[in-house]
Order: sequence, then C-alpha cells, then structure tokens
Amino acid sequence: MDSRGGRTVSAQEQYIELFREQRTLIDRYAAPLMNDQRDAAFESFLKQGLPTRKTEKYKYTDMQQLFAPNYGVNLTRVDFPVNPYDSFKCSVPNLSTLLYFVVNDQFYTKALPQAQLPEGVIVDSLRSVATERPELLKPYYAQLAKSDLDPVNALNTMLAQDGLVIFIPRGVRMERTLQVVNILRSDVDLMVNRRVLVVVEENAEAKLLFCDHASDDRDFLVTQVTEVFVGENAHLELYDLESTHAKSHRIANTYVRQERYATANVTTITMHNGLTRNQTEVQLAGENAEISLNGCAVLDKRQHADNNTLIHHIVPSCQSNELYKYVLDEQAVGAFAGMVLVDAAAQKTLSNEVNANLCTSPDAHMYTQPMLEIYADDVKCSHGSTVGQLNDQAMFYMQQRGIAKEDARMLLKFAFVGQVIDSIRLEPLRDRLHFLMEKRFRGELSKCEGCKVCN
Amino acid sequence: MLEIKNLHATINGKEILKGINLTVRDGEVHALMGQNGAGKSTLSNVIVGHPAYEVTQGDILFNGKSILSMKPEERACEGIFLSFQQPVEIPGVSMVNFMRAAVNAKRKYQGLPDMSAGDFLKVMREKRKLVELNSKLANRSVNEGFSGGEKKRNEIFQMAMLEPTLSILDETDSGLDVDALRIVAEGFNTLRNEQTSALVITHYQRLLDYLKPDIVHVLIDGRILKTGTPDLALEIENRGFDWIREEAGL
Repeated sequence: MDSRGGRTVSAQEQYIELFREQRTLIDRYAAPLMNDQRDAAFESFLKQGLPTRKTEKYKYTDMQQLFAPNYGVNLTRVDFPVNPYDSFKCSVPNLSTLLYFVVNDQFYTKALPQAQLPEGVIVDSLRSVATERPELLKPYYAQLAKSDLDPVNALNTMLAQDGLVIFIPRGVRMERTLQVVNILRSDVDLMVNRRVLVVVEENAEAKLLFCDHASDDRDFLVTQVTEVFVGENAHLELYDLESTHAKSHRIANTYVRQERYATANVTTITMHNGLTRNQTEVQLAGENAEISLNGCAVLDKRQHADNNTLIHHIVPSCQSNELYKYVLDEQAVGAFAGMVLVDAAAQKTLSNEVNANLCTSPDAHMYTQPMLEIYADDVKCSHGSTVGQLNDQAMFYMQQRGIAKEDARMLLKFAFVGQVIDSIRLEPLRDRLHFLMEKRFRGELSKCEGCKVCN
Repeated sequence: MLEIKNLHATINGKEILKGINLTVRDGEVHALMGQNGAGKSTLSNVIVGHPAYEVTQGDILFNGKSILSMKPEERACEGIFLSFQQPVEIPGVSMVNFMRAAVNAKRKYQGLPDMSAGDFLKVMREKRKLVELNSKLANRSVNEGFSGGEKKRNEIFQMAMLEPTLSILDETDSGLDVDALRIVAEGFNTLRNEQTSALVITHYQRLLDYLKPDIVHVLIDGRILKTGTPDLALEIENRGFDWIREEAGL
C-alpha cells in the first residue's frame, strides 16, 4: 500500500507541477478560448486527483500506473516531420472519403483534400478556429466535458492546446464521409492531449470516420476529449476505429448531446491496441432523439480495453440501443460498465443494452457491469450481459464438414463481432471492416504497420 | 470402403461400444437399427472423430487406412460425412461462407485450388434444388431459425455440396413429415452411385422404404447382434427388438 500510496502522489504531482511551471508556455501556444478554461480545470483536478482503483468508474483500469511514467509533452508545438500522405495512403475501397490527418494533436494543413467543402462546413485545427472565431465555438467548448465531472476532462482541459473541429452548419447534408486519421508520431515517449469538437447543427447530416494509428515504436499516452453536439433533426454517424500498437495508451472521453429528433450512431472499435479506456456519455436531451451506441474489441496478448458508457434519457420518447461485444484471447483483459439512466420525466423511453463477450482462453478476463436505473414508470427497457466460450458443438459441426479447427474458431469469433460491424450503415466501410476483422483473427494484423486500416 | 474391427469406445469412462464389427463395401447402403441408448449415435460419432468419445480397443479403416489418429476435419476431407441428428445452429456464420470454407478446405486437402466465387454460387444453386431449399438460405446463418425439416434438408444439401464417399445419416428421418421425408430420401438417392456408400441409422421402416438398404444390422447394448436382408427391418417393425435379445440369449 505504501509504495502505491507513494506513486499516487508522484503521478498526480507530475501533472500539477507541469501545469504550474509551464502555464505560460501552454497558453502561448493555444487559443484564449481554451486558456480561459484552464484555471477552473486545474482547481477541479486538484480536488479530484487522478482516479485510483477505488474510484468506481475507474476500477477496471489502473490510472495511477498509466500516468506514472515520465512522458515528454510537446508544449512548444514542435513540428514532427511526417508526411502522412506518404506513410498513410488511405483508401477504403469504394468509400470516397474526404481525408484529413491529425498528427498527435496537430491538424495537418500541408496538404488538404482538393474537394470543396459545402459552404460553412469547417474541418480544421481547434486552435485556429478557436483563435479566429471564438464566438462560434464558445457555446460548445468545455460545455459537455465538464472538468468537475471527471478528472481526465480536467487534465485534458488544463493541458490541451490543439485538436480538431468539425462544424456542419444547419441544413447541410454532407454526402461524403469525413475521415480523420490520428497518427501518433514521436521520437521520444510522448503524452498527447487532444481535443475534438464536433457540431452538427439542426437538420444537418454528417458521417465521420476517425482512425487512430501509431507510427513509431514509442510509448504513447493519449488523453482525448471529444464533445459532440447533434442539433434538432440532425443525423450523425461517428465511427471511431483504433488500430494502434502495444505501447499505445488511449484514454478517450466522448460526450454526445442530442436535441429533438436527432439521431446518432456511435461505434467504437478496438481492433488492435495496447491499453484503451473509452468513456462515452450520451445525453438524450430532446424528445424523439435516438442513439445507437455500439462497440467491439478484439483483444489478445496483454491488451486491455475498458468501455465505460452512460446513456442518459432526460426527456420523454427517446430511444437507445447499445451493443458491445468483446473477443478475448490469451491474457487479455476487457471491461464494460454501461449505465442507462432514465429520468423521472423520460416517459415512453425505449432502451436496450447488451454486452456479450467471448473468452477464448482460460487466462483472459472479462469484467462486465450492465446497469439500468429507471425513475419513470412508463418505459420499456432491458439490459444484460453474457460471458461465454466458443461453442464446442458448433466447432465440431464445422470440423465435420472439413473445416480445420483453427479456421472454425476464427469463423466463430468473426461471426460474434460481425453483429457490431453489421450495424455500420456505410456499406464500403462495413465490408472493409469485415475484411480487416478477418485479418485480425488470422493474426495478420498483429501490429500497426503504417495504415493497416487502409492499405 | 469402411471396416470396423472389434471397436470398443467409452464416454466419460463408460463403455458404450463393446466390440463392433462392420464392413461396408463400395456402393452399399447399410441400415443400422436399435433401441435408444444402444450405441447407434455413439458409433457414428466415433467414426467421425467426436472428441468426447475414446476408442479403447479395435480399429476403424477407411479405404484401407486407419482413421483413428486423424482429426475430425481430416476424416471429413477423406470423404466421411455425418448428417447430424441435431444439426447445430451457428449464429452469424452464413450458409454461403460456411459452405465455401468447407468446400475449399476439402479442395485444399486434395491439392486443388479454391473454387471461384462464380462457380461456387452456381454449384450451390444446383445442389439447393435437389432438396428444394429456397434461395434465401445462402444469406441466412447456418441452421439458425430453420424448421426441423429445413435443418434435415440442409444436411442433405451439405452432403450434396461436399460429395462424400461415405455418408452417415443419423436419424435423418426423425421429425420429418411425409413430404420432407420424401424430399430428403430422393435427394439422397440422386447422390448415390457405385462409388458411394452409406450407413443409415433409423428407428423406422419408412425411410428404408425409400433408401432400400442392402444390409440391415441390429445394434443392441453396444454390439451388433443380428445382420440380415432388408426383410429384417420389416420384421423389427412388426415384432420389435426383444426377440433378437432372446435369440442372443440376453
């Protein structure tokens, strides 16, 4: 306990010191809109501290251990030499995306897609937009990801200097998918604090594909806070795909708020990683809003994925569907804690939550915690979870048809996560993910070599 | 084709097969009858290599080679097919993917290249007609949501796709109505030729009326106590099994 106690102080102190000593530098290379939030965030961080395993929401991921190492930070915004177009030739066949890159936390501006964006649509660096048009972002920045809600929000708000803005003004229906490839690139072990803001105004529509990759054999610690606003009768599809390496540590908090008749499909896929914690919180704030919140994780070796979700039904007549699936092999650890919260006012709520998991090795661990709290009396809600092994009978049936045991195992695993991939509405992406998943299960996607997603 | 010599097998340490001797020659259809628990399904499971069963004595030769040390998938690729008594549902694996994997696994075993997607779909279409399975089948998950009759027809469809030389039909007739039975039996008969053999496990005469076995065996308490002509099946239909027990002095 003592040594652990000692580490607790040091992990936390590290960031407190960093902030106190480097505050001027942090501010200088960021936007005033972001700087305005730092004091409150710092106070909030001091109050909360880094979570321990005793913090309910963080009990499945050791944040103390994660934040203990001494990572470099790039406060002065040194450019890392990289040409993403060379090293990350991205094309999902038949999916013509508008492709953007974010290197660590910096929006890559040296080469942008040729295509003209519809009028008013912004895909740009958060720092630039927040500097040039603070009035546009002020109603959104740090409004959902409040520092006092979560210490990672606080830490990210203290330290974040840049990131990404996607802004789709009212009435604009983006036909083409916006693809953003986040590349981790560094010659030293690096901490990245990335901030993302997505605004889809009323009656607008957008499809986003975020791909996380790591290009260097370094330890990376990424905190990413994403705030997503889906306006009245707006439609958003957000696919977040991680394919990084064993030394990558991703702590991603995503907050979604939906107004009346807004629909969203948010799918988070952990294809290959080191350690991942995704916290995804959805507010259904306008009547008749609908969310599909899905995810899957394919884990082996000592990989770790922890999805913590909250779907908050605030008003009546909203619908939520949640499906998370994990396949765990070798010594992998998976965790899912999903809360569906139905307020007293949220009558006529329809909600379904499922977490299903497959442990294919005796050493794999899965922790699952589906939660449902209902304060209304006229709702239809269900929640449940399962943990199981591969079906022996199905295995034998396939073997009897001549299919080798390993292939049979693969087909079954593939079928298991297939349900999540099938929920993706972009057909070319769905096909691509089926293909990649098959490679993953065949062990051919064992590390992130360039953009495996797209090559 | 198939030679079973003094076969003893156990499950969880309990002996079920107590010395089976059985020879099936090329082109022959053998019927295997017997009461519940006699060991009929055990015998079929042991032939295809189900891991739950342990062979404690004896041997099984297929085309002159012992198959006891072969994996189930190797036995399948050698040409042994089991029509399951209870076909397994495999959610999420479509029939077309499943069959493609199976057909290509066998081709690989034979040193042949994968079948092209076009050819494969064509073959699938042809074979499907044989058992009157509808075209939506290809996209459905294996056996999931199939009726009892559809499952059994699907077994014969798979048999048609994989073209085994030895087919074991484990109570393929159970749970089938008259029409479905006719479809299954006619499908089977179409596939039959001088190089293929079958072992048909059944309780009832009506399937045998269609399949016209060459030889009928009666399995009691893990041994084949009687072997005879198709008339034996008729006699069992009329008199049951007890007289065979008595004859054998049990």
